[in-house]
Amino acid sequence: MTLRAASTFFYRRPYWYLALLLVPPLLWFGTVYLGSLFALLAQSFYRIDDFTAQVVREPTLATYKQLVTQPANVDIVVRTLVMAITVTLACAVIALPIATYMARYASGRMKALFYVGVMLPMWTSYLVKVYAWRLLLAKEGIIAWVNAKLGLTGLLEAALATPGIGGPSLSSSYIGMFIVFVYMWLPFMILPMAAALERVPGSLLQASADLGARPSQTFRNVVLPLAVPGIAAGSVFTFSLTLGDYIIPSVVGAPGYFIGMMVYVQQGTAGNIPLAAAFSVVPIVLIFVYLSIARRFGAFDAL
Amino acid sequence: MTAAIEFRGVSRVFGDVRAVDDVSFAIEPGEFFEMLGPSGSGKTSCLRLVAGFDSPDGGQVLLDGEDVSSVPPYDRNVNTVFQDYALFPHMTVLENVAYGPRVRGVDASTRAQRAREMLDLVQLGLQGERRPAQLSGGQRQRVALARALINQPKVLLLDEPLGALDLKLREEMQIELKGLQRRLGITFVYVTHDQGEALSMADRVAVFNKGKLEQLAAPRELYTRPATAFVARFVGGANVADATLAQSISGTAQPFAIRAENIAVVPESAAAPATGISAAGVVVAVQYHGAASRWQVKLDAGDVWSALITEEDSRALNGLAVGTRVKLSWPREAAVTLQS
Amino acid sequence: MPSRKQHRHDQPSWLVRIGAFAGLAFMHIPVLVIILYAFTTEDRTYQFPPPGLTLRWFDVAFARSDIWQALSMSLGVAACATAIALVLGTLAAFALARAKFTGKDSIAALFVLPIALPGIITGIALLAAMKLAGVDASFLTIVAGHATFCTVIVYNNVIARLRRLPPSWVEASMDLGADATQTLRYVLLPQVATAFLAGGMLAFALSFDEIIVTIFTAGKERTLPIWFFNELFRPRDRPVTNVVAVIVIAVTLIPILLAYYLTRPDDEHETAR
Repeated sequence: MTLRAASTFFYRRPYWYLALLLVPPLLWFGTVYLGSLFALLAQSFYRIDDFTAQVVREPTLATYKQLVTQPANVDIVVRTLVMAITVTLACAVIALPIATYMARYASGRMKALFYVGVMLPMWTSYLVKVYAWRLLLAKEGIIAWVNAKLGLTGLLEAALATPGIGGPSLSSSYIGMFIVFVYMWLPFMILPMAAALERVPGSLLQASADLGARPSQTFRNVVLPLAVPGIAAGSVFTFSLTLGDYIIPSVVGAPGYFIGMMVYVQQGTAGNIPLAAAFSVVPIVLIFVYLSIARRFGAFDAL
Repeated sequence: MTAAIEFRGVSRVFGDVRAVDDVSFAIEPGEFFEMLGPSGSGKTSCLRLVAGFDSPDGGQVLLDGEDVSSVPPYDRNVNTVFQDYALFPHMTVLENVAYGPRVRGVDASTRAQRAREMLDLVQLGLQGERRPAQLSGGQRQRVALARALINQPKVLLLDEPLGALDLKLREEMQIELKGLQRRLGITFVYVTHDQGEALSMADRVAVFNKGKLEQLAAPRELYTRPATAFVARFVGGANVADATLAQSISGTAQPFAIRAENIAVVPESAAAPATGISAAGVVVAVQYHGAASRWQVKLDAGDVWSALITEEDSRALNGLAVGTRVKLSWPREAAVTLQS
Repeated sequence: MPSRKQHRHDQPSWLVRIGAFAGLAFMHIPVLVIILYAFTTEDRTYQFPPPGLTLRWFDVAFARSDIWQALSMSLGVAACATAIALVLGTLAAFALARAKFTGKDSIAALFVLPIALPGIITGIALLAAMKLAGVDASFLTIVAGHATFCTVIVYNNVIARLRRLPPSWVEASMDLGADATQTLRYVLLPQVATAFLAGGMLAFALSFDEIIVTIFTAGKERTLPIWFFNELFRPRDRPVTNVVAVIVIAVTLIPILLAYYLTRPDDEHETAR
């Protein structure tokens, strides 16, 4: 069959052509990806036998029960959720001046510099960045050195002694974790925000000024509300990335466990896949809830 | 003589929308045929059915007497000039024009030669090595034309090709296209929403509205004897009286149309001409157009009608400002009865 | 059309200006610090400022066979995963670029899910499946995990480019006599080529740097990120770790930068109107 004849054959049967293209990727995604997700769900409905340490493959809610009733487990979820929310808020606040400047005030080469400057750290290896912070936060590292020079060591130690946010040292404390999380996800918040701010037509700002508003009023009443979809989109990233991360809590972590770490630990030494699976269903549910909230703020239009 | 293109009861439906609704007509070989209508009227859908980018849901499309519903575009002896020109930016102008022969297996030197001849035909002989992005809108349009004609198609389809050009260029291109068609002798099917273009270029015009073919006629007949209210309004903007309005103006409930230039404006007190029909109303606006003036009058019976009268006649009415009452009158035979 | 320089009545306040530049600097300092530390002479602590600078850690690193093993494992995984991703991602992109059929949105969502959900979900899910199916961790399981999200990267790049192509180009090509294969060869492929390459390079970089999913699917195999991760907890020859960090930065950053420059809209080659 010549190529032309084959071409005409598929021209008359567009659905066959579609099937030809879609079958390989769908086959892969269906079996490898969806299959794995179902396996995860299935595992979460199994339980581990305390005596034999084997997975009992009978449907049961015992593992979920264990998840929601043991206070230690609930603590873990709450702790992770709180960190995700605070990181999101901090990212939004820090990203605002950067995104605003990038989108509205920088032009030409400065703008290109900012965009590349924001994307460069985003493209740098994740592990390398985490490692870099471990160096920075170390007792003999830069931050300690700067602190000593500025005479702020006392302040740092007081912060570290505060329960709930502190820890034995900066490189294993909630504050440290918080700083690293904010650093890591900052570009993910900046870019959608800048994109949303760029879409605000200049004529709106001029109209606002024409009607008598001062720059800060224009910002608060015109620019900020129009930037909300961008903020919402960025927050989806910061929220879900923090919720599921386990590397950062283990490298820069305080004693308390986070969801990601729990999943990792449970499947590792404990071999308790069902509990690990149950724990990992929590971020899925939370992220879907967050996505539906974010959608109402226009996040999906800004992605 | 077999029609070059024939539509037999063709329909094309998109969801709830009947883009083409049971349309039938035939285009003669060598004709300059225009399809006219507002956006969404179905004219472009019909063009795409002829080109082969779409197939009908009902009915048949015939080229040279043969049903081509399952024939792909590359096997039809039809070529298209697209609205956005669709020139390939990664090829030079010459390569764009030589594309047709290239994909049909013509060797490099022959097709380059033919491409150069085509470019000469559209007066772009020196632009062969440039890229489309470097040309002006008018030049790109000619490249699209050359590219479509090099295959010597029996039918050339043009999808609103002059829409992006400014007025002067558009008028020049209209004359050129008409001349080109005469010289080549092939069938041109031209889609436009501009009734002025249709009237000045076409041998016959098909007027489309909401998927239906309202009237198919030569420009003169379309203008002087519109079949429906839509055609009367769309082609030349006539005043249209529906059944109710006709009843109060002429006494019978027969819808009719009357062209603005056939209406005279007289003061209200003047006697009604014996053989004419008249309608009274209030002057709403007078628009000066140099050699003529357009008077907008709100009829007592309802609508706002316009009368186009010469500058002399308009001056003779001096004193009839906005707000005064006048009578519009016209000879009985100037009114065109409408079918709907 | 010549660009008009906007006449700005509004100048940013000092707060915004400082916040912007300080923020930008904050984002770059950590990586610069790492690169600095790769040259320090101090090998026990993370002392700042570094007491001296030297190149000898690079020699030490290049002599370590475990580093070379991990490096070649990473390169192998990345190459295989990228190859699979290029095929599957391009097929999917061509299928969904302008198609209209029931279920299209769900399939499109499916193709985005691997990067929409946190990596840990993908990782534990793959592990759960492996345990249920009785499959042991191996080079193949790592590749399987990587190929899945690499496909998404290629898909995103290619479909974005395809969607920017005016449909009239394909129609024009067919109108002039080219069948589907010829249209693909002469019109589509030249336009899509850059997105295809860029997708492939991004996929490679992502696979090379991947740690989260890899930990779950690797078992005893060690990619370079896994090697790195282990070193974080047993720091031996700290500066060597820093040297590896510099290598990782280079190997991942260069393809990404190339991909970025390839996919910036290039006016001359994209527009014809």
